[in-house]
Amino acid sequence: MDVEVLDLPAPAVAVPGATGSVSVALVGSGGAGSMRAGEILLEAAAEAGLFGLMTRAMGPQIRGGEAAALLRIATTPVSSPDDHLDLLVALDWSNFVSFAAEIPLGPDSLVLADPAEGDAPGAVRASGARLLALPLKQLLRTVPGGHGNMIGLGAAATLIGLDAAVILRVLRHQLGRKGEAVLAANAASLSLGAEAMAAEPPLCRLATSDGAARWTISGNQATGLGALQAGVRFVAAYPITPATEVLEWLAPALAETGGVLVQAEDELAAINMTIGASFAGTPSLTATSGPGLALMVEALGLAVASEMPLVVVDVMRGGPSTGIPTKSEQTDLNIAVYGLHGDAPHLVLAPNSIADCLFTTHWAVTLAEQLQTPALVLSDQALGQSRAVIAPPAPLPQAAARLTAAPQEGGYLRYALTESGVSPMAIPGTPGGAYVADGLEHSERGTPSAQAAAHHAQLDKRAHKLALHDFAPHWADIEGEGEIGLLTWGSVTGAAREAAARARARGIRVRLISLRLLLPAQPSHMAAALAGLRGVLVVEQSHGRQFHKYLRSHYDLPPAVSVLSRPGPLPIRPAEILDQLLAWE
Amino acid sequence: MDVCPSLTAQDFKSGVKPIWCPGCGDYSVLTALTKAFAELNQPRESFALISGIGCSSRLPAYTSVYGLHGLHGRALAVATGVKLARPDLTVIAAGGDGDGLSIGGNHFLHACRRNVDLTYILMDNQVYGMTKGQASPTTDPDWRDSKLTPEGTGISPVAPLHLALASGVSFFARGFAGNPNELARLIVAAVRHPGFAIVHVLSPCVTFRPEQREWKNAVHQTDAEPSDTPEHALARFATDDGFTTGILFADNRPAFMPPRHERMSPAAIARRFGTGA
Ligand SMILES: Cc1ncc(C[n+]2csc(CCOP(=O)(O)OP(=O)(O)O)c2C)c(N)n1
Ligand code: SF4
Ligand SMILES: [Mg+2]
Repeated sequence: MDVEVLDLPAPAVAVPGATGSVSVALVGSGGAGSMRAGEILLEAAAEAGLFGLMTRAMGPQIRGGEAAALLRIATTPVSSPDDHLDLLVALDWSNFVSFAAEIPLGPDSLVLADPAEGDAPGAVRASGARLLALPLKQLLRTVPGGHGNMIGLGAAATLIGLDAAVILRVLRHQLGRKGEAVLAANAASLSLGAEAMAAEPPLCRLATSDGAARWTISGNQATGLGALQAGVRFVAAYPITPATEVLEWLAPALAETGGVLVQAEDELAAINMTIGASFAGTPSLTATSGPGLALMVEALGLAVASEMPLVVVDVMRGGPSTGIPTKSEQTDLNIAVYGLHGDAPHLVLAPNSIADCLFTTHWAVTLAEQLQTPALVLSDQALGQSRAVIAPPAPLPQAAARLTAAPQEGGYLRYALTESGVSPMAIPGTPGGAYVADGLEHSERGTPSAQAAAHHAQLDKRAHKLALHDFAPHWADIEGEGEIGLLTWGSVTGAAREAAARARARGIRVRLISLRLLLPAQPSHMAAALAGLRGVLVVEQSHGRQFHKYLRSHYDLPPAVSVLSRPGPLPIRPAEILDQLLAWE
Repeated sequence: MDVCPSLTAQDFKSGVKPIWCPGCGDYSVLTALTKAFAELNQPRESFALISGIGCSSRLPAYTSVYGLHGLHGRALAVATGVKLARPDLTVIAAGGDGDGLSIGGNHFLHACRRNVDLTYILMDNQVYGMTKGQASPTTDPDWRDSKLTPEGTGISPVAPLHLALASGVSFFARGFAGNPNELARLIVAAVRHPGFAIVHVLSPCVTFRPEQREWKNAVHQTDAEPSDTPEHALARFATDDGFTTGILFADNRPAFMPPRHERMSPAAIARRFGTGA
């Protein structure tokens, strides 16, 4: 077996112009409004019928810290940030160094900055990027009530060939309520930025298609929406970065759809509340990140043993411990798959794009309800806190309902041994259905039992119901044919997808396999997916290569396996994956 | 749910044989609870009895209502989820002093504050019975019969009444397992109280605290009206010996229940993500 483990240094900078897209970053201190400008630019892309992705790099400050909005805008759906930036607009250079490593500049990048802010930081100068003056302070003096971020936005839009009228439309929509004066000052700032770049040749001109329907959504919002559309009507919440927006989005959405969100005193309460609500018959969910998931693990075991449907969304961040709360990593795979004590079959799923947060969370709720067991959804900061412009998602399938028990005349067996392993669940209020849901091992009726036969029978039941379910075709996304496989999961799939596309454009045939279902493992489906592959490149964002070890323990891999893994927070770029594929050819 | 012909206390027993030691106070709590169920005159399926882990937390299996025997310390969190999801159910949580005040202490505090319409039967034997006799948060500092703290704990116990009052409980009664008729009345009053209602039950552990057999000589009923402000109750019970039974406190705060509207469909909410929305 040929296992080659590659530790990669910081991302390499690739050839620009490899794809039909443009990448822009807006950076500045907290008050400078770089995020706001980025959001408007993304919204304008949606208005223009383009596609886009906006990730963010943040300093550790709660408020007033530095921030970078990193956008990629394209004529086709965007799956990943690009390898390099085409344009960086610096509203100021305050604390730029704290996230400089996440701002990929190269000799082909253009950097706009105000000379009044002083010299560009060393990292910027060392990149060889071309520097161009945008005298923000000076220009601001000419518009009363003007905004530096809008000047920067006007300049950026002009350079990437985005029509100012579209941006004005977005501004009018968002600021309309604030009155004409506010709108006028913003519009004037935009024009100043545009005029300042009038003499510069545009970096690109993206073919817009005005009127094409688009959605702008973050991964955390898509997760919330997937849950809502699957019928979740109870959520217990304890805030934690980067999962809080899932909960904050769901709070009013649940209130409007007859559901309830309650803020719990801690994660122990949050998951136990969802167990209570699910016992009472309501599809239930909680969302957290690594530290919260660690607190919830005991209760996940209770949900397995008592066969209680529920969903826990874990928006992963850098770990262990408090780790890096604001940055992404794929390192809760081990705790999600192996964290429960006892033999505790459960579901672990992972969305592999922002749009897929909607589908996968919806599927997780459906599976949990159908199979009466907890489902963990491993999203991450890179998906959750990024926003994308996507085509309106396909309608979601009808969510499967829980198998419930009709009124009983007596002799109801909550944990009856059925062929499918799923037994009808009596919901409180159902006459004759009273039983005790129990984390103690139990008989079919639900009464505690420490007998070997009862334990074995119930272990079999809980394992069988997952083993017998057909998870095809959604267990994985399998794209393309060839002798080389790219085996990945979660947010890293975006970069892998783009790398595969670039490889194909060069005539290298690649099969991408991105696992959406991590537990229960699907050995026969995987064997079919791997058939004919000479080797696979495993791609993951983890120092301990958790995914590679997971694959080794559940699947037979082809003879040649290579691993591209790196911990967060630096994203894995398409070019790095492509380089590995090229090295294999 | 139809209102069914009156059920007796016996109808609310499951017939499953309890694991409790002969003479354990928890038998009487079961009797009092099933009497209370009968007195409340509701169908079996309208009740949910939620517990944690401990001898006392075994209660649900011995009744014939819907139950959930969950994790050590988490009964109140589960019960809160049940009630918020299904306000139509009558939800009762039950468990021991270790379950409710030690591992579950945070939920106790916040259940008092949150004031969801729940009843909580706190079965206090000042010991961890199930794990064979260790000190609990209500154990006196000089109790030396535990192998874990042979010199006594040396730390002062909490008084559930004072803790609950300070945390914002809405109703607090104390009963004694040796007087199941009074206890049944207290449980009924607690269930009828709209808000978070605690019934603190002195329930002897005859195995690890045999001296608690003497509690029958220590308890005394109050005939005073319940206090209706925490200030009044705290002043009145500042030097309470912990053996006063009856309804000690009841206020008339509205119970917490998040509002529910059903004015939007999820599909309509989804459309907000579209361009021009
Ligand atoms: C997480 C966890 N820690 C420890 C235990 C062990 N344990 C079971 S019951 C119990 C204490 C029970 O005491 P109490 O709640 O007072 O109930 P009692 O048995 O006295 O009625 C403990 C520590 C457990 N089941 N779960
Ligand atoms: S150990 Fe104590 S509390 Fe437990 S059943 Fe026996 S007497 Fe009751
Ligand atoms: Mg006890």
